[in-house]
Parts: sequence; structure tokens; C-alpha cells
Amino acid sequence: MLVRFWGTRGSLAAPMTVQTSRKKIRNALRKSIGHDLGSDEKIERFIDTELSFAESGTYGGNTSCVEIDGGGDEYVVCDLGTGCREYGNAIMSKSVPQKAPVFNVFQSHPHWDHICGFPFFVPAYIPGNKIKIHGCHDTLEEAYRMQNSAPGFPVDFDMLGADIEFVKLEPGKEYAVAGMKVTAMEQYHSGDSYGYCFEKDGKKVVYSTDSEHKFESIDESYGFVDFFRNADLLIFDAMYSLADAISLKEDWGHSSNIIGVELAHRASVKQLCLFHHDPNSDDATISRILAETIRFEELSEEGDALKVCAAYDGQEIKL
Amino acid sequence: MIIDEANYGSTLVLYPDGRLDQDTADAFQERLLQAVSAGKEAVIVDFSKIPYISSVGLRAIMIAAKQSKSDGVSLSVAALTPTVNEIFEISRFNYVVTIFESLRDAITAASDDALNAFEAG
Repeated sequence: MLVRFWGTRGSLAAPMTVQTSRKKIRNALRKSIGHDLGSDEKIERFIDTELSFAESGTYGGNTSCVEIDGGGDEYVVCDLGTGCREYGNAIMSKSVPQKAPVFNVFQSHPHWDHICGFPFFVPAYIPGNKIKIHGCHDTLEEAYRMQNSAPGFPVDFDMLGADIEFVKLEPGKEYAVAGMKVTAMEQYHSGDSYGYCFEKDGKKVVYSTDSEHKFESIDESYGFVDFFRNADLLIFDAMYSLADAISLKEDWGHSSNIIGVELAHRASVKQLCLFHHDPNSDDATISRILAETIRFEELSEEGDALKVCAAYDGQEIKL
Repeated sequence: MIIDEANYGSTLVLYPDGRLDQDTADAFQERLLQAVSAGKEAVIVDFSKIPYISSVGLRAIMIAAKQSKSDGVSLSVAALTPTVNEIFEISRFNYVVTIFESLRDAITAASDDALNAFEAG
């Protein structure tokens, strides 16, 4: 399985400013003093070895959109935040189609940051394409139609060229989609959200964003431990610090890196991917949170070793 | 979990001993809430014998911090072990309660009468 991250921000797109870009360039140039940068190869090596990820790159600013490629003959993607614009463009740029033009969208919930890329998802405009929006909410079609209508957007939903179907799912029931086994689970979030588990050939990916884990998460029978059990990759909403998530931002429907590590350990997850980054966090802040999470995992000394990463736009994880 | 205590004037000090995790957090939370509601001006938790704290232990502190605020009681923690100190910083609990490097520092900040009683042994 291959997981491609097209959008990893929570709540709102957060593009980098010119000031931030200039700061990164200034810092990189300062660090380059005294280094031999006489060829592209040397420059690449300098970037890879002397600059941190936050210095040389960016976690990106697009909202949630994650492609799950299980090798099947149809496309599968979780949520259509602003990241889906680039996802659609990447598919359209291939001279030879990689798969049948059927797009299986798994919708965590219809909040705006998870659907707002759809008006710019070019495959939706192409006759002959099929878009199946799978989800457990009754309101998905209403949300999508409302978004693609006046006065908010000039192209009405009914004008879109693709054949668009809404597929209602039941939590806990197994579905076969694009060669993968898919199961949904209800999550605690305003208006409810749903996590999705994708399984294929002994590999398991769980997409669990916009999900708050309350005090009962310590219970041995807490359902998410089973849902996450033995996942090769857990994409986890770690938007806030634990202190914020259980005080000022309690009931805002998001979780923390601390809870992510603890649940991942209990579920024997192999890799935890911090996701739904706070739009107020710059690259340095997300890198710091990642380093702290790795450190907390070391300190917790529980379960098997857990690999921890922070998702970024453009990232690919092969399982 | 063993939780000793000592009164220094208007300040109550708790001395929990052991990991603060799923097995011990309930008892810790119960004792901490009792302490906050005991009519003292300040409650200090001496963390010198706590080698580790999990999210459930931190939740107990959050609940007690909210209670102390509404009761007008000063709640602080002192003498954190290096591991617990790191976990407080990673979880941002260093912004939830005041952390003192030593118990004496915490008692000094609490009140003169607490410090006098502490010095008197």
C-alpha cells in the first residue's frame, strides 16, 4: 500500500508567507557559508545533511486530503480539503491513466476544511468520470451541493461533468472498495466524524482525523484500541497539546500527540503519523512537536517501539 | 499509591510515591481534590518520588487545577523528576500549574507562615 498526503492541515489552509520563505532562504544561506556548493549534487547534499526539514522544506498548508493506494484499479482518497486540487491535477497530468476514472472518496465528515477543495478538483468536471463519495453522514450530499451553488460558488453542483454518487456507509460494517477492505468507526467530533480502516494483503492503514478522545479512552475496552490494532500506519489527529485538548479546547473535537502515542502503544501500532496540524503552527513548531512526541514515546517505555512522523503535503509512505 | 502529607501553616503538601498512571491516577485525583477542598490557602504536590506520569495522571492535575481556581486555592507542583519535567513540557502542563524546582521554593512562594513552619521542621 502507498499513502500519499496531499493536505495535512487542520481547520483552515495555511500557506507560507513571503516573510517566512525569505527567512528560510536567509537561514540556509547563512548556514551555507564555508560549504563547497559548486555543483547541484553538492547543493543537494548540503540541503539533506545541513538543513533540518523545517529549514529546507515545509509541512505545507493544504487541508485534509490523503490518498490510499492499495494497488487496485480505482482511486481511493480520504477527504477533499484543499489538498485535493493538487491531487486532481496530478492525476490529470498523467499522459496515460493510471487507473479507471473512478474516484472513491471516504469522507470523515462534511466540515468545510474537509470538502472545500472539491470545487477545484478537476476530475469532477470531466464527463465519463465517476466520483463515489462514501460516508456515514446523511448530510454529505447536502453539504457538497450547498458548496457548489450560488452565491458561494459559480458552478452549480448539477453542472459538474462527472457522475457523482453518494454512498451511505454503516460504521463497523466491512466494505470491499478498490481491492481493499474498508471499515468506518464513529468518532467524537461536533456533528460526528468517522475514521476509516483500510486493509489489503496484511497491511493496515487507519485514517482517524477530527477525533477527540475523552477520559474513557483509558478504559481497557475502549473501541479505538481495537480499531487501531496492529495498524502499520495510524494517521492521527494531533492538533493540540494535551493541556489545550482537555481544557480550553475541550469538546472542540481534536486530540493530542500524547494521546496518540498512548493509544498507538496500546494498539501495537507500528507507525504513528501526526496529522491535522494546527494552522497556527509554523514549520519549526510542527518539527518541535514531532521531536517532543518522539521523546515522549521513548519516555513512555510501553509496548513495542513505535515510529513517529509528522505528515506533510507531498509525503509518500510505502507500506 | 502511598500519598503522605504534611501541613505547614496554611499550606498542605502531598507526597505521592510511584508512577502516576492508569493504576494510580484515581487515588491520586481523589486525594488531590480533597486537599484542594480542605480550606487551605495553598496545596503543593511534591513530585520527587514520581518517576513517570501518563495522560491520565495529567488529567487529574487538570481537574484539580480547575477546582483550585474556582475555590481560590493556589495549586503548584515541586521537585519534578527529569522525566516528569519533560512530560510536563511536552504536554504543555507547564502552563497549567506553577512548577517549582524544589519543595522549599514552592513553600517560600506560598506564604511566610508556611516557610516558617517548614523551617521549624
